[in-house]
Amino acid sequence: MMRIPLKSGSRFVDKFFKIGAAMAATYVLAIILLIVVNLISGSAPVWQKEGLGFLTGSNWNSEEGRESYGAAPYILGTFVTAGIAMAIGVPISIGIAMFLSELAPKIMRTPLSLIIELLAAVPSVIYGLWGLFVFRLYLKDWVETPLHNMFGDNSVIFAGAPFGLDIFTASVVLAIMIIPTISTISREIMLAVPNSQREAAYMLGATKWEVFRLAVIPYSKSGLIGAAILGLGRAVGETMAVTMLIGNSTGAAAFPTSLFQPGQTMSSIMANEFAEASQAGLHMSALIGIGLILFVVAFGINIVAHLLVARVIKSHEGAVQA
Amino acid sequence: MITVEQRAEFRKHFRYNVGRRLVIDKIVKGVVFGCVILAIVPLGSILVEVITNGSAALSIEFLTQIPGAVGSADAGGIGPAIQGTIVLIGMSSLIGVPVGVMGGIFLSEYGDNRYGRTVRFFNDVLAEFPTIVIGIFAFVMIVLTLGNFSVWAGTFALSIIMLPIITRTTEESLKLVPITYREAAFALGIKRWAVITKIILSQAKNGMVTGILLAVARIAGETAPLIFTILGSSQFMDGFNGPIDALPLRIWRLSSLPYDNAVAQGWGAALVLILMVLSINIGVRYIVLRKKGRGLKLRMRGGAL
Amino acid sequence: METMEKLPTKIITTESPKYKLIAENIVASYDGVVAVKNVTMKFRDRAVTALIGPSGCGKTTFLRCLNRMHELTKNAKIEGRVLLDGEDLYTNKQDPIINRRKIGMVFQKPNPFPTMSIYDNVAAGLKLNGLRNKSVIDDIVEGCLKMVYLWDEVKSDLKKPGMSLSGGQQQRLCIARALAIQPEVLLMDEPASALDPIATQKIEEMINELKKEYTIIIVTHNMQQATRVSDYTGFMYLGDLIEFGETKQIFENPRNETTARYVQGQFG
Repeated sequence: MMRIPLKSGSRFVDKFFKIGAAMAATYVLAIILLIVVNLISGSAPVWQKEGLGFLTGSNWNSEEGRESYGAAPYILGTFVTAGIAMAIGVPISIGIAMFLSELAPKIMRTPLSLIIELLAAVPSVIYGLWGLFVFRLYLKDWVETPLHNMFGDNSVIFAGAPFGLDIFTASVVLAIMIIPTISTISREIMLAVPNSQREAAYMLGATKWEVFRLAVIPYSKSGLIGAAILGLGRAVGETMAVTMLIGNSTGAAAFPTSLFQPGQTMSSIMANEFAEASQAGLHMSALIGIGLILFVVAFGINIVAHLLVARVIKSHEGAVQA
Repeated sequence: MITVEQRAEFRKHFRYNVGRRLVIDKIVKGVVFGCVILAIVPLGSILVEVITNGSAALSIEFLTQIPGAVGSADAGGIGPAIQGTIVLIGMSSLIGVPVGVMGGIFLSEYGDNRYGRTVRFFNDVLAEFPTIVIGIFAFVMIVLTLGNFSVWAGTFALSIIMLPIITRTTEESLKLVPITYREAAFALGIKRWAVITKIILSQAKNGMVTGILLAVARIAGETAPLIFTILGSSQFMDGFNGPIDALPLRIWRLSSLPYDNAVAQGWGAALVLILMVLSINIGVRYIVLRKKGRGLKLRMRGGAL
Repeated sequence: METMEKLPTKIITTESPKYKLIAENIVASYDGVVAVKNVTMKFRDRAVTALIGPSGCGKTTFLRCLNRMHELTKNAKIEGRVLLDGEDLYTNKQDPIINRRKIGMVFQKPNPFPTMSIYDNVAAGLKLNGLRNKSVIDDIVEGCLKMVYLWDEVKSDLKKPGMSLSGGQQQRLCIARALAIQPEVLLMDEPASALDPIATQKIEEMINELKKEYTIIIVTHNMQQATRVSDYTGFMYLGDLIEFGETKQIFENPRNETTARYVQGQFG
């Protein structure tokens, strides 16, 4: 028999409990504030030295007395790898979401959803390990080398003899990693389209694909874009797999020009160089500065995604009221 | 008014291109199925490779011994890494679970106001933070302050990653409990804190435990924050104020060594890690399925919103 | 390469056959539950037939069998024949997507496509079926909007979003959308149940006009509505057709006891 207190003495317990809960909730806000403060203070030295040139420069020299740092190649590296990952991953994710929400036979639905969830649960470092010792070799032999042989001499993006540790490999593995995120959310969004919309399309004599095209996609467009942007957020922040596969170049050589060149992203340079960065001098400060830039980028992407999804929910409420 | 005759006339304009439309429908179905295959193949490959390569390295010695000298014939084991992961998960949960659960309670029971919305928003932001940034933060706040890499720093970083996940899943689980429970309890004169802790929480138990386990699985696999905080080690843990090893970190280090036996160890460690993570994920599904989770859709890293 | 299908040749005369649509021995179930037990109904051309009955009697399921929408439900099963102008829509070797467009349907809650304009909503079915000629589309859109008494209200701005209309207007828009694909028969599943009395009245007036050229079958739980708009009425109960006849007879002089109790409001 549960003893449930009814006496008024527990009025104070009530207050303490509420305060405790509020404090726990505030902890999150405090942490984020501290993160921002620490990133700014930790990177202040390099901002003082380089100013805004830190964002546009491409030096990467940690020799004492000649230190100079610029994050531009890595910022571009992050966007290029994330961009390619999106170009590959978004269409595949939409296709998977279509299959799971409309076309899959009942028996397939649960095991498939399980597989997608498991893909999401695999740690990044294991993607990196697999990419490094298995997938990279297939990509090199079956995709990169043929592309290079066919187009390498004439085009910039296929130039450079491919060894498999490059922007391309990192981007493809990144695409695989963001597919679970985008497809799961997209599926939920598609399932949220009211059945009455589909019925109207069927009534007009539409095929399954036409029902999708007429009734589901227009209705869920903003939500799907929001899902894609959340995938972008994940791609931008992804570290280990990219670090292990991107080839680790620095300075101006890291500017992404060819798919088959070794590159560097904001997260990978932090992971790669942290161990050797001495705290005397600016090296560590430069790495923290890159952390700050990465934080700003990821935060911005996140806000956009949330605004879009909020707009989807609002517009659906308007539709439902009709 | 469109008469019968007019209708027949209009119908003559329909192109009756049905054959083509049905073919397009079939093609789309095929393409979409192809996308699904593209997703399954990598997972299958990862599992196959990890299991085949990893099981070759498995043995009692492997699981319990310390690593041997780099490059030597006796590669030793990954004992410290396993110990480290378990210690870090346990310590992080000590912080992450209480704070996360209380935060979730706040959002669900006291959070229907502007402050609650703000907290919820920033909680979601924190949940999607690049974890390497959290690692740097822990480095600056703990490692630089204490002057050395330590279990504390790693715990701090992992608890931050864990926290928003638990807050969110707790809030969602609590919100699923019908409001009638609360109303009935209040009508009986029971105080709010007791309503929450003794009545609502027990209803939401399943969802909350699931959320906590998923958060644990997530931090078990995190590497980036550990780079900046625990240093890694070839020895078993020596006090909380010293370095420690962890599975994901060891996998990374081993994979970059040019020695075959090191790489083999890396696969072995990967097998241990993936067994840990996947068994939690699959096990959690059975809890949810068995208790017919009332439509609880869990947002994990993969399905995060 | 388009393949031109041969149009089924039909002789159109001003004197149409007595029964436009005949449903024979329809047995329909979903998820193992049999909703329509063995129903045969004949629907006269250029008349309104109402289907009445208490909730769960199978009238909506039966309606959806007429234009092959029932088979889209989960685990749906169906037996029987549905003859439109003598042709069985289930065994005529034409894909369901063709058979569905021969009959138009309007649903309980207005469901215009929210991202489309008024014009595009009405034209949606036309574009789907390969109609490209803009002036023909314009004619059809105007004709259909006129038939549902919407033309005057919206003609000044057809590009306005469909959702900007009121509930009653949206439902009429959906009716126009269904009529646009030039069906011979119009099915209506409680089309006014979500609307206010004034909007309902407009729809009933519209039905009275439409029946001069169309065969209309309307499911309604509102018995007064059935008496206002329909010429024939079928009363269904627990999956069976209990009685079918002229509306006047069903309501004033029902031959079956269950019918009598229902129309007198003793249950349902």
